[in-house]
Amino acid sequence: MSDMKKENLNNTKYDIPPELQGQVSITTLDKIYNWGRKASVWPMMFGLACCAIEMICAAASRYDTARFGMEIMRPSPRQTDLMIVSGTVTKKMLPTIVRLYNQMPEPKYVLAMGACASGGGPFKEGYNVVSGVDKYLPVDVYIPGCPPTPQAMLHGMITLQRKIEAEHFPDSRWYSKGSLEAVPIPVLGPDIMDPRQFELIKEQSLARLAEQEENASQVDSVEQKA
Amino acid sequence: MTEQVLAPSSELLTRFPEVVTADTRKSYEGYLVDRARLVEVATYARDQLGYDYLSSVTGVDYMPDGLMEVVYHLYKTTGGPGLVLKTQTPRENAEVPSLVSVYPGADFQERETWDLLGIRFEGHPDLRRILLWEGFDGYPLRKDWKEAYYEEDGKPFKSRWPDAHVHRAEDKNPYQKNNSYPAGFNPETYTPEGDAALYASLNRTKAVYEAKAGDMDSDLIVVNMGPQHPSTHGVFRFVVALDGETIVGLKPVVGYLHRNHEKIGERNTFLMNMPYTDRLDYLSSLSNNFGYALAVEKLMGIKPPERAEYLRVIMAEFTRISNHLFAIGSFLNDLGAMFTPMLYALVERELILDIFEAVTGSRMMCNYFRFGGVARDLPEGIYEKMRELAFERLPKQIDEIDHFLSNNEIVRSRAQGVGILTPEQAIAFSAAGPMLRGSGVPYDVRRADPYSIYERFDFEVAVRYHGDVYDRFMIRIDEIRQSIRILQQALRDIPQGSIQEGKPQYQVRVPAGEAYGRVEGPKGELGFYVISNGKPNPWRYHVRAPSFINLTAYEMMCTGNKIADTVAILGSIDIVLGETDR
Ligand code: SF4
Repeated sequence: MSDMKKENLNNTKYDIPPELQGQVSITTLDKIYNWGRKASVWPMMFGLACCAIEMICAAASRYDTARFGMEIMRPSPRQTDLMIVSGTVTKKMLPTIVRLYNQMPEPKYVLAMGACASGGGPFKEGYNVVSGVDKYLPVDVYIPGCPPTPQAMLHGMITLQRKIEAEHFPDSRWYSKGSLEAVPIPVLGPDIMDPRQFELIKEQSLARLAEQEENASQVDSVEQKA
Repeated sequence: MTEQVLAPSSELLTRFPEVVTADTRKSYEGYLVDRARLVEVATYARDQLGYDYLSSVTGVDYMPDGLMEVVYHLYKTTGGPGLVLKTQTPRENAEVPSLVSVYPGADFQERETWDLLGIRFEGHPDLRRILLWEGFDGYPLRKDWKEAYYEEDGKPFKSRWPDAHVHRAEDKNPYQKNNSYPAGFNPETYTPEGDAALYASLNRTKAVYEAKAGDMDSDLIVVNMGPQHPSTHGVFRFVVALDGETIVGLKPVVGYLHRNHEKIGERNTFLMNMPYTDRLDYLSSLSNNFGYALAVEKLMGIKPPERAEYLRVIMAEFTRISNHLFAIGSFLNDLGAMFTPMLYALVERELILDIFEAVTGSRMMCNYFRFGGVARDLPEGIYEKMRELAFERLPKQIDEIDHFLSNNEIVRSRAQGVGILTPEQAIAFSAAGPMLRGSGVPYDVRRADPYSIYERFDFEVAVRYHGDVYDRFMIRIDEIRQSIRILQQALRDIPQGSIQEGKPQYQVRVPAGEAYGRVEGPKGELGFYVISNGKPNPWRYHVRAPSFINLTAYEMMCTGNKIADTVAILGSIDIVLGETDR
């Protein structure tokens, strides 16, 4: 790969004796490790909506994500590093998506493909539509478009590679002490419920009840007067 | 275009006086039937009048009148215009008798109407929610039901237009999300209903089987597939009960991509819905445009000029080819020929998409049709490209695909004799498109009830007679060949001229009334039922989605086959979840 030419690889403060140049390279662990990771990102085989079709096209012969080491799509989340959220996230689907994310081993990345995954898109106002997957999962790269063209998709993937490249052991969240906490799985009730918001939901709906009762009693008293 | 023919249905009036009355509302068609005797009337229409095909069932909420109405569109599989039956019920405790016993194809559609409009269907064997989940609060398509981001009944919203203000809808919601909960709701004490109703339904099927099988030493196994599964064409889920490897019961679960097209569509203005139709069956956006344009044009009483008609047909037929290529590719994927046939199919599809992109500006979401015309004329050089494809390249490539796949031993042994659907069943279950024609019913809307300029073209309705997975696969190849024939004629004959009737307008005036526009989409009969009350927004906007209705027969086709066949059968139906769930 072009960016792993000797000159790039070797830019540490150690000098390599002239007679060993070309045979020995000295580099940092970060660099070599990230290089390996970014050139073998395995996305999850997981399509949600229209954007998934463009994702398939990006993986097919004309655009060919294999050129970037990303062609191996795995259906099982346990074998993947990247979740491409390719389409509209609905409330009914959301618990499954969060569960799939939790099942992925670290390090893991999320790529929000298209307007819907990024913020609800054309269907934002819909009662069953989640306005952006980032309301629930941490997103690494957003790709605009409806649907993004395969070229935009490739650009998003390259952006992700850059991000991976810039990671640094000591401060990346994957390698700090204690494992990452799983994202709590939303519950399907009268509407989708985020467990992190249970308190708030209770508060708000009790307030609404009180308001309604007050209105009702006002109406009652008006009627009584009449 | 469908005109109401009075002859057979006036028979209904004389046969059922008092019960059946003509619908006399202005620009409405069809007959109002007393709900108490609906089943009887429908049985008569099917058996005596020959309306054997139930195309669409949907509900309308006439809130100002305090009424709910259920609308049935019936057709004859021998062709010709349709019969529209309607039945009314009060909004409170809305209930009408179920027609599943007469038309099994009503099953999912009635469940959908129950789910979204809260109309109960008395006598339905399995009335559960279908697109939403059990426990969801309310019936969203009722006119007094408001979503969390509700602003106004119709667009354009005053807050945004004409001053072009922008705000984030999230900022106005206490949860910063698209959520709202009933007053007094407490999530901590709430137990979600989960899949209890689904499993109860599966258990009923299991019990029937067990009773028949008598003493059994093995238990039935229940397997869940999806919604995340590599071969379900998107977020589709089904639950199967297995005896060994044999399927004894199967319940499809849809709605994971329910994007509320109809609710949003009723807030949108008429023209705003055009790009939304692209996103129904996102593999064939131009056919969707076609159906919607026809429905609204019927209401407006206009017709596009010649050149636009030709452009429409050309684009729709290219869409059919690209859709079928994709369907063939993913079907082979499902059989396990992972990705190689798909790659070949996609090469051709890309060439067609290039044309779409040049003409409409987008590869997939074309948004090309307008009421009374199309949006743009062909740019320079595209006509030649189209000719090259239609006359030279595609015929050869289709022969190649046919040659390599159709006689392949593995394809044959996986597909022949599997997932059989007889002609009677196909009609009864309202199957459409390749599924119907693969079962030996030569019914194609382009021929049976011609729209646009299809009568002018010389083509055959592809039909095959075994009704198995293999025939449903082959029929797509046949149809591609027929589409190429139509394309060649259309490209030969296309005249010069204008492409839009009148001036292009953002805000069209649509007179009050109802219309049902249907086209033969690549997946089958695609219908749009539109009601206007003279306002800028449709009062009702319903999509008769072939992918959704074709799934009604899925359980029956799978029962008795092996678990591995479910995937092949599903691939042969060719569903797109955007359309299934809408
Ligand atoms: S962003 Fe557009 S293309 Fe992508 S899923 Fe949403 S509607 Fe479909």
